[in-house]
Amino acid sequence: MARIARTLLNRLGGMLVVLAIVVTVVFVIVRVTPGDPAAVMLGSDATPQDIADLRTKMGLDAPLIVQYVQFVLGLLRGDLGQSIFLNQPVTQALASRAEPTFFLTLFSILIAVSIALPVGVLSAVRRGTLFDQIVVTLTMVAASVPSFWLGLLLIQVLAVGQGWFPASGYGGPDTTFLVRLHHLVLPAIALGVVNSALITRFTRAAMLDVLGDDYVRTARAKGAGEGRVILKHALKNAMIPIITVIGLSIAMLVAGAVVTETVFGLPGIGNLVVSAVLRRDYPVIQGALLVVAAIYVLINFAVDMLYVLVDPRVRL
Amino acid sequence: MRENASAGQPVLSIENLTTAFRTPDGWRAVIRDISLQVHAGETVAIVGESGSGKSVTALSTMRLLPPDRARCEGRILLEGRDLLKASEAEMRAVRGGSIGMIFQEPMTSLNPVFTIGNQIAEALVLHQALSWKAAEAEALRLMERVRIPAAKARLHEYPHKFSGGMRQRVMIAMALACRPKLLIADEPTTALDVTIQAEILHLIRELQREENMGVLFITHDMGVVAEVADRTVVMFRGDMVETGSTEKIFAAPRAIYTKSLLASIPRLGTMGEARSPRRFPEVDPETGMATGGRETKAVAPEAAPILKVDNLTVRFDLPNGRVHAVENVSFDLRPGETLALVGESGCGKSTTGRAIIRLIEPTAGSIVVDGQDVTRAGTRALRAMRRTSQMIFQDPFASLNPRITIGSAIAEPMLAHGLMGKRESKARVAELLEQVGLSPAMADRYPHEFSGGQRQRVSIARALALEPKLIVADEAVSALDVSVKAQVSNLLLDLQEKRQLAYLFISHDMAVVERVSHRVAVMYLGEIVEIGPRAAIFGNPRHPYTRRLISAVPLPDPSRRGMARPMLNEEIKSPVRAHDYVPPKRTYLEVSPGHFVQDTAMAEIASLSA
Repeated sequence: MARIARTLLNRLGGMLVVLAIVVTVVFVIVRVTPGDPAAVMLGSDATPQDIADLRTKMGLDAPLIVQYVQFVLGLLRGDLGQSIFLNQPVTQALASRAEPTFFLTLFSILIAVSIALPVGVLSAVRRGTLFDQIVVTLTMVAASVPSFWLGLLLIQVLAVGQGWFPASGYGGPDTTFLVRLHHLVLPAIALGVVNSALITRFTRAAMLDVLGDDYVRTARAKGAGEGRVILKHALKNAMIPIITVIGLSIAMLVAGAVVTETVFGLPGIGNLVVSAVLRRDYPVIQGALLVVAAIYVLINFAVDMLYVLVDPRVRL
Repeated sequence: MRENASAGQPVLSIENLTTAFRTPDGWRAVIRDISLQVHAGETVAIVGESGSGKSVTALSTMRLLPPDRARCEGRILLEGRDLLKASEAEMRAVRGGSIGMIFQEPMTSLNPVFTIGNQIAEALVLHQALSWKAAEAEALRLMERVRIPAAKARLHEYPHKFSGGMRQRVMIAMALACRPKLLIADEPTTALDVTIQAEILHLIRELQREENMGVLFITHDMGVVAEVADRTVVMFRGDMVETGSTEKIFAAPRAIYTKSLLASIPRLGTMGEARSPRRFPEVDPETGMATGGRETKAVAPEAAPILKVDNLTVRFDLPNGRVHAVENVSFDLRPGETLALVGESGCGKSTTGRAIIRLIEPTAGSIVVDGQDVTRAGTRALRAMRRTSQMIFQDPFASLNPRITIGSAIAEPMLAHGLMGKRESKARVAELLEQVGLSPAMADRYPHEFSGGQRQRVSIARALALEPKLIVADEAVSALDVSVKAQVSNLLLDLQEKRQLAYLFISHDMAVVERVSHRVAVMYLGEIVEIGPRAAIFGNPRHPYTRRLISAVPLPDPSRRGMARPMLNEEIKSPVRAHDYVPPKRTYLEVSPGHFVQDTAMAEIASLSA
């Protein structure tokens, strides 16, 4: 147990270092991007004097290092700055948009995993059969379909055609959770199906790898039935690479939400980022980038921790 | 055992078994018309080289071959019941219930993500209506029965914390959990050190006696056959070429193949007073014609050493200690001479070899190759050194890049050292291939088109490309079949004679070592405990560990079976010590000219063989 705790602390330390690097990179990227936020905010009518005044007010004329220190100090207080256009703190802007993105990611990964695991395992067990060949072909097709295209197709058929689901939006702010959930069905399917392709392929490959291992033969020689051999002995070993790819998929889903939320008109973080980019709302872009990067790092940390649970050899 | 074995119904009776595999050209029989019987309390060995079909016979019996790709015909009767007609559910009850099976690779045969206790208990839960709790209690008892020390504490540990020998004990515990009538042991000791092998064979024999179980023992090692088998079945390329009592087969083999197999096995103690290595007799498996095993030329005694190792020390730091992999190892090696470095896994022999080639940085000591100190060599001097000394590795399958033709693989060192252009190197590759007994036309083929022995010849050709003076051969013939082992060893001996090559021959195989070496150094826990001329080490071993190592080698002679062997329940002591451990200063005693034995700490090691 002490060793697990040490491993955990080590990984936690590593994660903090990565986060510090992320913060710095985000700061630099936003500063080197062409375009002056002050000029953007004031529009084309502004005089140079107005712009200079605003730059002073926003602290943009201070030396970079001073801006950096202030930026980091703000972060430590949980302050991501003030949005230029929304007239509210960035943290508040992000928080109010978090719900659709969170549930969209959650549902799509659930859909992806619940398709990918059984199909991938079965495909590996029935290697070379018609079922396996169909799976291999379909996953290749699905992996090359952009999620927005599948989204548009779903809207066309199930929303516009059948009218089963709303075509766009997230309901009003006063609607019940069920209504909002109803809005999420199509985007979650679009994202989930596309992501399941990759996870299915990984599951199949990992299972094929493991099914040839000596301990699987041992399990059969012991008299274990096929179900037990596959679900207990093989799958737990195969889970190690599968967890990795699921973790990466979640991270990609968060990043990929930009496109899907735009297609489905969901008021999530992705949508916020798109409008912020169009309006050069630097504090919002910066804040959203940071949050997404932090989620990425956190998910990878969680994956590392899962390894410890699945594979006893990791607890060195 | 045998007296009562022939009476009554056999436990296992295989009748005219033919197993075919599906290939792109249709079904191809891999074993043909195999018939054998195993009675209660009896051990029957199936012996043969790789590809002889011995494992396929075992897997057919368990019906563990994939049904869509393999087809069995004939009858396999377990106590009179035909297993080939049994349903899959009935077979599940047989596997692990009436028939237990252990495999060759203890390192990979246990599931890495479940505890030892869980895996043993599973066998009980599957076959006996036991709760997991009761099964774990029984698992503990079984672990004690196969003599795993501190069983209670180790019940909840994972396989990676067990050594190979201990894992094989776990496999045995698992196979015997439900008191099977028959145990199928497929090369159960091949991957283990000789002393561990002796312990495992002893354990299997003891448990067999207690349970009166039949054992079908599959092996390529005639020494092990002589040690364990009442009756023996010899297989060659899928056919049963001879069967009979083990004594008869060893004393008066009838089949030509059996004769050739027996002729080509290295036998400990056949070298007598010979000073130089002797070639193995090579026997043609088809005709039975043997070529003689002449002695090679003697080493020029006045030659200056090509390799001088002085107080070589290699240590690795771990979070919880330090591995003293090599401690104060000193020896020298002259041109045309073979020094064998022997010992069991973890004794530091491979680390020593790698340090000499500088694949591992030595912690202390000096290594002088051809007058140059390798330990202080810069990048340029190191490149020059790599031309003088080359290495051959154990695994001929893993040490050749599968995507490079063997011609390019052999030419690579010459091109990398800028010795010649591409065109010139082609001619040189052809020449090298001829020297190692391959056809120059093979240069354009890829490694997978070669057999294990051929690949090892390719590795030798690659090592020879730079005309080295010293070759470090790390278990170079260990993975090869008996007849191929003899051929490749002979090739090494011939090359040595022609080119005055010096070999550092790292091996755990005492019988081969006796045959090919001029001098022998025995390593134990990172130190040389005894070094001297071959005849002195084998004829008059002085250190208790050397004696133990030699006595643990199974002799291919059934009449000398079961000679009292030390029975040991401890694992080999680990070279991992605390960070502040200071290794003691060793002194060596010269017991006869050139024969040195470690003097200190004799008592400590003597206690091991007590």
